[in-house]
Amino acid sequence: MNYKNLKVKLGIIGLICGAIAAALAYYGNPANMAFCIGCFLRDTAGALGLHQAAIVQYARPEIIGLVIGAFIISIATKEYKSTAGSSPMTRFVLGIIIMIGTLIFLGCPLRMVIRMSAGDLNAWVALIGFILGVGTGVIALKKGFSLGRAYTTNKVSGTVLPVLMFGVLLLAVFTTVLKTSVAGPGSVHAPLAISLVGGLAFGALAQKSRMCFAGSIRDVMLMKNFDLLAVIGGVFVTMLIFNISMGKFVVGFDTPGVIAHSDHLWNILGMYAVGFAAVLAGGCPLRQLILSGQGSSDAAVTVFGMIFGAALCHNLKLASSGTALNPQTGALVPGAVPLNGKIALIIGIVVLFIIAFTNNRKEGLKFSKK
Amino acid sequence: MREVDARGLSCPEPIMITDEAVKSGDMPVKVLVSEHHQMINVEKYAASKGKAYKSEEVEDGYVITIE
Repeated sequence: MNYKNLKVKLGIIGLICGAIAAALAYYGNPANMAFCIGCFLRDTAGALGLHQAAIVQYARPEIIGLVIGAFIISIATKEYKSTAGSSPMTRFVLGIIIMIGTLIFLGCPLRMVIRMSAGDLNAWVALIGFILGVGTGVIALKKGFSLGRAYTTNKVSGTVLPVLMFGVLLLAVFTTVLKTSVAGPGSVHAPLAISLVGGLAFGALAQKSRMCFAGSIRDVMLMKNFDLLAVIGGVFVTMLIFNISMGKFVVGFDTPGVIAHSDHLWNILGMYAVGFAAVLAGGCPLRQLILSGQGSSDAAVTVFGMIFGAALCHNLKLASSGTALNPQTGALVPGAVPLNGKIALIIGIVVLFIIAFTNNRKEGLKFSKK
Repeated sequence: MREVDARGLSCPEPIMITDEAVKSGDMPVKVLVSEHHQMINVEKYAASKGKAYKSEEVEDGYVITIE
C-alpha cells in the first residue's frame, strides 16, 4: 500500500466529514453541536427512558447511522471481526467516566472541535485539559498499561450493537414509544432521514480513516505521527468555513444559547478525564462507536458504559448547565457545574489513575519473543 | 529474528511493542495482528522508519514481516 500523501487523503476525508457535520447543522442540529457523540448518546438514553431530563430526550439517528455505517463498510471491505474479552468491565467504567467528563464540559472531543470552530473560547480552554489528559494516558502506556487481548469470538456477538441500533431506529420511525423532547436541545434536530444518512456516511468515512480525536493527539506525542490529526484538521477547517459564512462564528466565553459554560477549571478537568480515559480505552467516543460497528464487543461495552454514564449524570444531577439569557429579564445566566458533578468527576479521575496503574502488560503478558 | 504477538491489542499497543522489537535490532521482526486497521498501522510504521515490509493474511489475522 502506498503511504505517500496519506495525510492529504486523510485531510480530504476530514473535510468531507466536516461538510457532513455542517449539513446537519444547517438542517437543524443544535447550536455548535452539529455532531456530538456524548450529547447524542445522552439524548438517546433519554429517548429510551433511562433518564428523565425532558429537554434532552431524542433517539439521535446520527448515532444509529455511525454504528450501522461502520458495520456496513466493514462487512463490505471484509474488515468486520467479532472480538471480545479485553477487560470488558474496566472498559464499561471507562465509558462512564468519559461521559461524566463530557457532560461536565458539555461536549465530546468532536463537539469540542466544532465549538472551537465556532469561536467558543471555552472549547479552546478545554483543549488544554484534553491534551493533558491524553498526555497522562500516554505516560501510562509508556509504563506498560494494557487492558490485555481481545479474542475472536462467534460472528453474531459483534452484530448485537448494530442490530440493537437498528431496533431503536425502527422504534423511532414506526412507533411512538420513545420519548421525544418538545423543548430544549432534544427538540432541536435535523430531519430524521438527513441525520441518518449523515451518520451512515460519517460512520463509513470514520471507519476507513480510523478517525479518533484522542488518537490524533496521542500519535503526535508517542510517534510524532500527524496522520490522524490531518483528519481532525479537515473537520475543523470545514466547520470554521461554515460557521463564518453562516454568521455563527462568535468569539467569546459567555455566548448564551450555545450549550456551553465558562467554568474554566471544570472545562479543563472534564476534558482531562475524557482525554485520559479515551487513551486507556484505545479511542475517543466516536472511535468506540466505530469499533463497535466493526465487531468489537469491548467497544460496545464502552458505548454502554457511556449510555449508563449519561443516565447517571442526569438522574444524579451531575451534568453542567449552559449559559443562557433569562427569558423575562434578558439578563445573562452563567452556566454552571453542579457540586455532584464536581465530586463525581474527581472520583472518576482518581479511578482513572487506579485503572492506569493496575493494568500492566509487563506482568505476565508476553507479547514479544526471539 | 523477533516475533511480536500483537493480536487483539488496542491502539496503540501493537505499534508500541513493534517499535520496541525493531529498536532491539533483532531483524527481521514478524508482527502478528488480528485486525486490518492494525496491519495498516504496522505497515505505516515500517514505511515511516524506511524499512521494507511484506504482509500476508493468515488464519486469524495478518503477519507483517519488517526487514
